[in-house]
Amino acid sequence: MTLQVELVSPEEVLYSGEADMVIARTTDGEIAFMTGHAPFIGSLGVGAVTIRTSEGDDVRAAVHEGFVEVTDNRVTILSDIAELVGDIDATRARRALEELDRERDVDDAEAETALRRARLRVELADE
Amino acid sequence: MAGGQEKVLKRRVKSIQSTKKITRAMELIAATRVVKAQQRALAARPYAEQITEVIQHLSAAGAGKEHPLLRQADSVDKVAFVVITSDRGLAGAYNTSVIRAAERDLQGAQSEGADYSLVLIGKKAAGYFNFRNYRIDAQFTGMSDTPAFEHAKEVAGVITEAFLEGDVDQVRLVYTRFLSVASQRVVVRRFMPLQAVPSQESDGPSADYEFEPAPGEIFDRLLPRYVEARLLAAMLDAAASEHAARQRAMKSATDNAEELETKLSRAMNRARQDSITSEIMEIVGGAEAMSHS
Repeated sequence: MTLQVELVSPEEVLYSGEADMVIARTTDGEIAFMTGHAPFIGSLGVGAVTIRTSEGDDVRAAVHEGFVEVTDNRVTILSDIAELVGDIDATRARRALEELDRERDVDDAEAETALRRARLRVELADE
Repeated sequence: MAGGQEKVLKRRVKSIQSTKKITRAMELIAATRVVKAQQRALAARPYAEQITEVIQHLSAAGAGKEHPLLRQADSVDKVAFVVITSDRGLAGAYNTSVIRAAERDLQGAQSEGADYSLVLIGKKAAGYFNFRNYRIDAQFTGMSDTPAFEHAKEVAGVITEAFLEGDVDQVRLVYTRFLSVASQRVVVRRFMPLQAVPSQESDGPSADYEFEPAPGEIFDRLLPRYVEARLLAAMLDAAASEHAARQRAMKSATDNAEELETKLSRAMNRARQDSITSEIMEIVGGAEAMSHS
């Protein structure tokens, strides 16, 4: 038994395939799904999603908020902005992070989110 | 003189030929863009479907019955119209049909005593309603050709805010549905308040869902995304329709040019033949006169 995983953004399906385990970060904390998981709906924060495929490879993606639904060994991740690690432009991500760091504004929630996103991108791109 | 007419015709044939080249090129470009736009519309579908499914499961668990986006106003005092047109013309009746449908619906709402609010996408709608002194509340350009999710988000933000603040009681969407390359239809759709998503009571296991955070909280975050996804779907449909309409318009322009070209070159050839014949006649006549003297 494996999980059917789909990672979907509004414009396209980013990943679709079988996996043994999916790790995601909800607004309350990290959570991992394996086969037989109880039906679950959660809202995702800014974080990495790891899909461990049946072949044992890890597919990693930066997910900037979204939702996850689990039913009958089907895991669906919906996200406004999601990027597979391979699609992240490392140099661009790093430059964006530096820029955000420089003009840092701690009071601004939006800037804070942008900074978290940039950090996540760089972190994943560096792996 | 006959030779003069030939020259005039020749010039016209040349100009028609170059116009034909342009319309043919535009036709081909539009054809490839229809295919691309269709693919984008298709690629966007899973998200919209999945998000609808999640909402159904959430409402089956009793979440969000009272969400403000589902609120039905007791009386509709103000209707917002979101009109999706293109930035560029040369697409046949594409823009005029959307605009006409929007205006008709708007006047219908007015005759029922409701005020209106216009949210326009595309230069063509803006131009039309501006010229006729309608009050425009928001206009967006540069997105109808290849709409992206950010665009849908931007527009959805404006509408949602107006609706949540109670400024408008209903939002209607006027756009062109893409049925196939050969057929597109203008539709006026109620967009807000959102129709209460039918909860499937028979769907047994949905009651056993675990939620993180609470269902209501997820619902509050999910519904705006749902609005955006639906708007994006409409915009992508409109974009595919725009390119299909342009392809059709340019095809008939090319066909027209071809027809004109044959007609005119025939006339030109006749004019040339006429002038040659009369020249021969003159020479023969001249020679005849000489030999007789």
